[in-house]
Amino acid sequence: MPLVELLRVALEALRVNLMRSILTMLGIIIGVAAVIAMVTVGAGAQAEIDRQISSLGSNLFMVMSGARSRSGVRMATGTEMRLTEADARALKAEIPEIVASAPTMRGVAQVVVGNTNWSTTIQGIDNEYLVARGWQIDEGRDLEPQEIRSGSKVALLGSRVATELFGAGNAIGQTVRIKNVPFTVVGTLVEKGQSSMGSDQDDIAMIPLGAARGRVLGRTGTRADTVNVIFVSVAEGWMMDDVERQIAEVLRQRYRVRPGAEDPFGIRNMSEIVETRAEARQVFNMLLAAVASVSLVVGGIGIMNIMLVSVTERTREIGLRMAVGAKGRDILLQFLVEAVTLCLIGGFLGILLALVITFGIARIAEWPVLLQWPVVVLALGFSGAIGIFFGFYPARKAAAKDPIEALRTE
Amino acid sequence: MLVCEDLHKDYLVGNETVCALDDVSVRVERGEFLSVMGPSGSGKSTFMNMVGCLDTPTRGRIVVDGETVSELSRDALAEVRNRKIGFVFQQFHLLGRTSALDNVELPLLYGGVPRAERAVRAEQALERVGLRDRMGHVPAQLSGGQQQRVAIARALVNRPVVLLADEPTGALDSATGVEIMELFQELNEAGITVLVVTHEPEVAGYARRVLRFRDGRVIADERQPARMTA
Repeated sequence: MPLVELLRVALEALRVNLMRSILTMLGIIIGVAAVIAMVTVGAGAQAEIDRQISSLGSNLFMVMSGARSRSGVRMATGTEMRLTEADARALKAEIPEIVASAPTMRGVAQVVVGNTNWSTTIQGIDNEYLVARGWQIDEGRDLEPQEIRSGSKVALLGSRVATELFGAGNAIGQTVRIKNVPFTVVGTLVEKGQSSMGSDQDDIAMIPLGAARGRVLGRTGTRADTVNVIFVSVAEGWMMDDVERQIAEVLRQRYRVRPGAEDPFGIRNMSEIVETRAEARQVFNMLLAAVASVSLVVGGIGIMNIMLVSVTERTREIGLRMAVGAKGRDILLQFLVEAVTLCLIGGFLGILLALVITFGIARIAEWPVLLQWPVVVLALGFSGAIGIFFGFYPARKAAAKDPIEALRTE
Repeated sequence: MLVCEDLHKDYLVGNETVCALDDVSVRVERGEFLSVMGPSGSGKSTFMNMVGCLDTPTRGRIVVDGETVSELSRDALAEVRNRKIGFVFQQFHLLGRTSALDNVELPLLYGGVPRAERAVRAEQALERVGLRDRMGHVPAQLSGGQQQRVAIARALVNRPVVLLADEPTGALDSATGVEIMELFQELNEAGITVLVVTHEPEVAGYARRVLRFRDGRVIADERQPARMTA
């Protein structure tokens, strides 16, 4: 029998038991939707992680003072040593692979404009910082080296802070007060989005290190050039391990740490942290996809069940078809096509459902939607394969019927 | 045209072998109108299944239209049924929710006849049984007699060498039964070989030859004068 006719017969059979067909399809619909949604959301999450890694700045280390105790609890910062701007310069001078070595100070303060105020992170930086973090100026300019040296009262605003304080208006040239010290805004930063820890990286104001150390974040009794964290960026990813070792070596020498003693500082490989989290998430996604696949198999069992019912119900029809000349293969194909049609329609509806779910999740989680067409095709192919796999047994059962017995069935 | 030689059929029921046909030999010529009679269990149904190529004998030989069918495979038998046999059943066995025309086309579909030709031939067959104006109707919209006519059209559509009818009037009232039997008679007069299985003497009366079965054997093979049509 030609395929067109088989398809027509199959669609007719499915239409006759419409409710039953839809309920049976539901298993496939849910299975396919789940698989696609999981893979797509997983891909979206992966893209988000990639974005976070690149938003950190490429191949970034954070070097901070303070040792890590054996139990993993960090000792109070600066109990034994304080990193200085000189350390940052020394690292860059002695390790050629380092692209930028940016000493920073960090604190929280209120930024005031007129009667508007916004509490934000204040970051004291030098000229290396934007380079190390791969951060771009949106409007205005970067801080001048001369302004860094003299600790001028100039500031760069993250996009969040600029929006909160100036709305859509131009922030450049305006004066903001940080801890009652007036700063002139010379530039705004390109939006960077959430960090891997979920904090808003754009909620920040940057001022020269010297200015920060003085009146803004200053603490009494600190040395003139101390810093909290040195951000170090490395040219290439494969150099990371080697550079990490070299940083430790240089710092141990500078602080005369005895061999065998613990480092009085910590070096954190930022992208590694993000990647570790990404891997955990990846495993989770795989697990979800596996669970989704199980639901697809369960859907397939539903198909087999209903096809068996259908074969039994239509025993007389099978007998008649055989009597007028249907061969075993014709009957087999008829029921196989019916099962596959059921699965493919279910698969198609599942894809539509997956689109809705994916866009929903993407909107809520603010992830980019990466609908992967190979996955869609694969899911459709897989549901077709399930139709063949679970439809074969009932179809073979139908084809093996004895026409005389079948015609005699009530 | 139809030759059965020493047909023998055994069934295994539980541990016992039951002999359903015991050395039956029959010859049917082209254009005959034969009725097969006998009480249930007499072997007449088994005989018809053999002749209809639905079953194969344990021993013996069947030749349909010059083709020996007693040792063919399932699929080969299906092909012979498709080309040479037209079945008419007591319960009509029409596909529900399928139009009369599509029901009649079914054998052509399995015979690999192209779409356009199928429609033409199915139409002709329906016309022959007087249902040209009911082609689009589904079985539920047709009376019992009309349904049986559709079934006869389906049996005729592939121009079979023999029409096998198994109690064709069994599900019909007597008036409609007469109409159906007259249709068979008409078809037979047009040259089609007809075999009717029945236990009703009135139905058998339309045939010109009666074959009586009992206990798996043919106990009588009688010629009778053609019944006059109204």
